[in-house]
Amino acid sequence: MQRTSSWGPEYFHKVVDCQWACPAHTPVPEYIRLIAEGRYSDAYMINWTSNVFPGILGRTCDRPCEPACRRGRVEDEPVAICRLKRVAADNKSDITGRLPKPAGKSNGKRIALVGCGPASLTVARDLAPLGYQLVIYDGDAKTGGMIRSQIPRFRLPEEVIDEEVGYITGLGGIELRMGARIDSLKALLAEDYDAIFVGSGAPRGRDLEIPGREEAAANIHIGIDWLSSVSFGHIDKIGKRVIVLGGGNTAMDCCRTSRRLGGEDVKVIVRSGFEEMKASPWEKEDAIHEDIPIINYRVPKAFTHAEGKLTGVLFEVVRAEYDEKGRRKLIPSGEPDEHYECDDVLVAVGQENAFPWIERDIGVEFDEAYDMPRVDEATMQSTIPHVLFGGDAAFGPKNIIWAVAHGHDAAISIHKLLNGEDVKVRPAPDFSLVSQKMGIHEWSYDNDISNDRRYRVPLREKAVALKNVKLEVELGFDRDLGLKEAERCLNCDVETVFADKLCIECDACVDICPMDCITFTEDGEEAELRTRLKAPAVNLTQDLYVSGALPTGRVMVKDEDVCLHCGLCAERCPTGAWDMQKFLLDMTHAGAACLSN
Amino acid sequence: MTYITKPQLHHPALAKNALGYTRRDYEGRVSTLCAGCGHDSISAAIIQAVYELELPPHRIAKLSGIGCSSKTPDYFLGHSHGFNTVHGRMPSVLTGANLANRDLIYLGVSGDGDSASIGLGQFAHAMRRGVNMLYIVENNGVYGLTKGQFSATSDKGSKSKRGVVNHDAGIDLVSMALTLGATFVARSFSGDKDQLTPLIRAGLMHQGAAFIDCLSPCVQFNNHAGSTKSFDYVREHNEAVNRLDVITPRAPIHVDYAPGETVQVAQHDGSVLSLHKLAELYDPSDRAAALGFLQAKQALGEIVTGLLYIDPSAGDLHEALNTVETPLNALAEPELVPGAAALEAINASLR
Repeated sequence: MQRTSSWGPEYFHKVVDCQWACPAHTPVPEYIRLIAEGRYSDAYMINWTSNVFPGILGRTCDRPCEPACRRGRVEDEPVAICRLKRVAADNKSDITGRLPKPAGKSNGKRIALVGCGPASLTVARDLAPLGYQLVIYDGDAKTGGMIRSQIPRFRLPEEVIDEEVGYITGLGGIELRMGARIDSLKALLAEDYDAIFVGSGAPRGRDLEIPGREEAAANIHIGIDWLSSVSFGHIDKIGKRVIVLGGGNTAMDCCRTSRRLGGEDVKVIVRSGFEEMKASPWEKEDAIHEDIPIINYRVPKAFTHAEGKLTGVLFEVVRAEYDEKGRRKLIPSGEPDEHYECDDVLVAVGQENAFPWIERDIGVEFDEAYDMPRVDEATMQSTIPHVLFGGDAAFGPKNIIWAVAHGHDAAISIHKLLNGEDVKVRPAPDFSLVSQKMGIHEWSYDNDISNDRRYRVPLREKAVALKNVKLEVELGFDRDLGLKEAERCLNCDVETVFADKLCIECDACVDICPMDCITFTEDGEEAELRTRLKAPAVNLTQDLYVSGALPTGRVMVKDEDVCLHCGLCAERCPTGAWDMQKFLLDMTHAGAACLSN
Repeated sequence: MTYITKPQLHHPALAKNALGYTRRDYEGRVSTLCAGCGHDSISAAIIQAVYELELPPHRIAKLSGIGCSSKTPDYFLGHSHGFNTVHGRMPSVLTGANLANRDLIYLGVSGDGDSASIGLGQFAHAMRRGVNMLYIVENNGVYGLTKGQFSATSDKGSKSKRGVVNHDAGIDLVSMALTLGATFVARSFSGDKDQLTPLIRAGLMHQGAAFIDCLSPCVQFNNHAGSTKSFDYVREHNEAVNRLDVITPRAPIHVDYAPGETVQVAQHDGSVLSLHKLAELYDPSDRAAALGFLQAKQALGEIVTGLLYIDPSAGDLHEALNTVETPLNALAEPELVPGAAALEAINASLR
C-alpha cells in the first residue's frame, strides 16, 4: 500500500469522524474537552465560529455527527454530541465581548439576502464584520425563518432564537426588512446589489390529493403551515382525535404539538415501515414517549366525511417487498382496508421548493426535471455568478446545519467574487498537529477511557410538559451529567502519529492495544492487507494507516476503525515512534484568509 | 509505567474460545515494566497460548522468583493461581506445589539473574528431577533492576551500554537443560511471537520438564550496538531450526507443508507437535546431536531457535515417585494418616 502521508489535513480530518461528518466541520472533540474542563464559554465560541447557532442546534440539530461517532462502534451508543452543545450554550457566561467587532466603515458593497433563516443569517454573520452592507428580506414579521416558524417552542424556546439571531443582527451593517416578501428576482436584480443570496428555504408543504380532500378541507391541514400558525399564535387548539400522515421529522413535530393543543388520541400513520421512516430515531422515541402510536404500512386512500365534516381516513394495508436491486416496493397485503376515525388530519408528507418569484428568463437556469435552480455545489453560485443559493433553497429540504455550511461557502464566494478573485479556487482549511506529550506517561488530554453508557437527557414530567406548547420539554444535561457525558468522548482528534524511523519493532504497541488495531506485517494491496491484520479491517469507510518499510522489511498497519485514542501505544513505545498529536482543523471562512492575495 | 488501566472495551469482533473467554479475559494487570520491554511480548505470547489451548484460568499456577521477569506473572492470567517466591527459589516452591497438587498446570517464570545466578542450583535440580512444568527464562542478559550490570548469560565479549566489555563466559541455559535431562528444550525470541506462542503451547502440554530460553531485549539497558541480546543482533543472527504447530485433539489445525518437510511428534496427552523443518539436517529427537549443533552454531555467533529437543515419551517426577493419581492435597486424613498399624508394618519391613 501507499505509505500514509502524515502531511495535509485530509487523512487526520477523516479520523475525527464527527467533525468529518458535520457539514460545517465543527471541531467536536475540542469543544467537548472544554466542556469537561468547565470552560463553557470557550466551548460555545468554538461552536459559534463553526456552526453559528450552538444553542439552537444543541436542541434541534439533525446530528450527522452522532451516527458517525466512533464510540457507537465500540459500544452501544455514540456520545450525545448534540446535547453537549446545549450544555455549552446553557452554561456560558456573557460572550458578547467575544463577538466580532462591527466593521469600522463600510466597504461599499451591498448584498441582498432573501429569507431570514439560518442560511442567510450565516452569510450575514460571515460578511458583516468585513464591512459589507447586508439587507435581509423576509415575508415573515420575525427573524429566524424555519427555525422560528416550523420548530415547535417546546423543543426550542423563543429566547434562544432571539439571543442567537441577535448576536448576528447586532454585528452592524445588517438591515432587516421583515414583512417584505420578495416577489420578483428580476426587480431585485434591478436594484443593483453587488450580490444576491437566496436562502428562502423549501416553504411549500406537499399536499395529499385523494378523495375527500376538498370536501373535508376544513379539518385537513398542511403540516408545516399548521406548525407555523401555531408558532405565530394563530392556532391554539386542535380536535381530540388527530391523525398525522407522514413519517418525517415534521410529522413528529405535528403529532407532539397536537398533544399539547388538546389532541388526546393522536396517531402517526405512515406508508413505509417504522425503520425506514425519515424521522430521526430520537424524534420517533420522543413521540412514542408522549403516547403517540406510530402505525406503519398504511397508505391513505381517502378522507371520509359526513355532512361536510371530516370523519376519518381510509387506509390500504401494504407490505414491503424488495427487488434484486434492493429497491423497496409497497404492495397490497390483501388485508381489508382500515378506517381510522379522527377530527383533524395533519398532512406532513414532505415539503418542496417553490420559486414562483424567480422569472425564468433572467439568466437563472433551472433544472427541468426537478424545477430547481442549477447551483454549483462548491461555490453555491447559480448561473448568474452574483446570485447565489443556500440552505433548502439550493438543493431541496435538508436541515439547519447544512444551511449553515452553505452559508459559509456562499459568503466565501461573495467575498472572493467582489475582490475580483476566482471563486472556483476554494480556501484550504487551517490546521495544526501538536504533540500532547507532557511527561513520560502524561498527556495533556484525559486518556483514561470512561466505561459509562450514554446518559439520557432529563425531561420535564410528561403531565406538565403536555399542558403547554411553549414549555421546553427537555431540561438539558446539568453540569454534572454534562461532564460525565463529555468524558465518554474518545478524543479522536488526538491522533496516533507514527514515525517509521524511530520504530524498533518491539511489538509493545501491538501487545498493549486494547482494540487490536495495530499489526506489523508484510506489505500488500489494501484489499488483501485488510484480511490479514490482527483483527480483520472490515469497515471499508475507515482508512488504514500504513508506515513505510521498517528494518525487518515489514510495515506497520493501523486500522483506524475502533481505535480508542487511549494513547497506550504511545505510552508503551520505548522510542517515541508513536506520539499522540492533537489535530485541530479550522475551516476558513470569509475574510482575509480566504483570499489568494 | 502506565498510570491508566487498560480500557475494558475490546474489538467488536474479538473471538471467544470454547470456554467462552476472549483473549482479553486471560490478561492481567497493566504492566509496570519499561515501555518496549521484551518481557511484555512474552506475557502477550503466554496469554495468546493459554487462550488458544482453551485452558480454564483457575487450573493454572504461575510461579516466579525475583526480577523484572519475575514481576510479569502479575501482567498475565489475572484469574490464575500465582506465587511470587524468593529470589532463585521458584523451582523449589513450584516442585512443592506440584507434589501437593499434580492436577494444576505449572508455569514457572524466571529471568537470567534469577535462574543463572542465584537460582542456578534450583534450576538444575528442577530439570533433572523432571518436574512437570513449563519453565520460561526471560533472558535479557542484563541486570535491569540494578541499572544494567552484566548478568550470567551475557556473552563473553559483548558490550554494556556504558561500553564495558564482558570478560566472563556466558552461561547457556539451553545447553545446561539438555545436559541436565530436560525432556522439552526450546529457545525463542520475544520479537517473534509466531515462533514463541506455539512453543509455549507445546511446553504447557508437555508431561515433564519443559524449558524455554526466551531472548528478551532490555530496551533500557541492553539494546545497543555491541549487545548480543538486542533486537537488531538477535534478528540478524537468528537461526531457526524449525517452525512448530501444535495440534490438539480439541482443536485440529490444517498444516500446509510439503511432505518430507514436516515431522509429526505425538505427545502423551494426545496432542501432536507438527514440526516444520527449516534446518534440513536438524533432528529434535537426538539430545547429543542437538548439543553438538548448538555448540557449532554458537561458535559461529549464531543464535539457534526453535524446538531443539523433545522426548515425547518423557515421564515426570510423580511417575518416578510412584505417587497416587489423586493429588495429595485432595486425599483425606484416612489415606494420609494410615494409623499406627500401618506404621508398624512399614517399620517391620525395614528391620
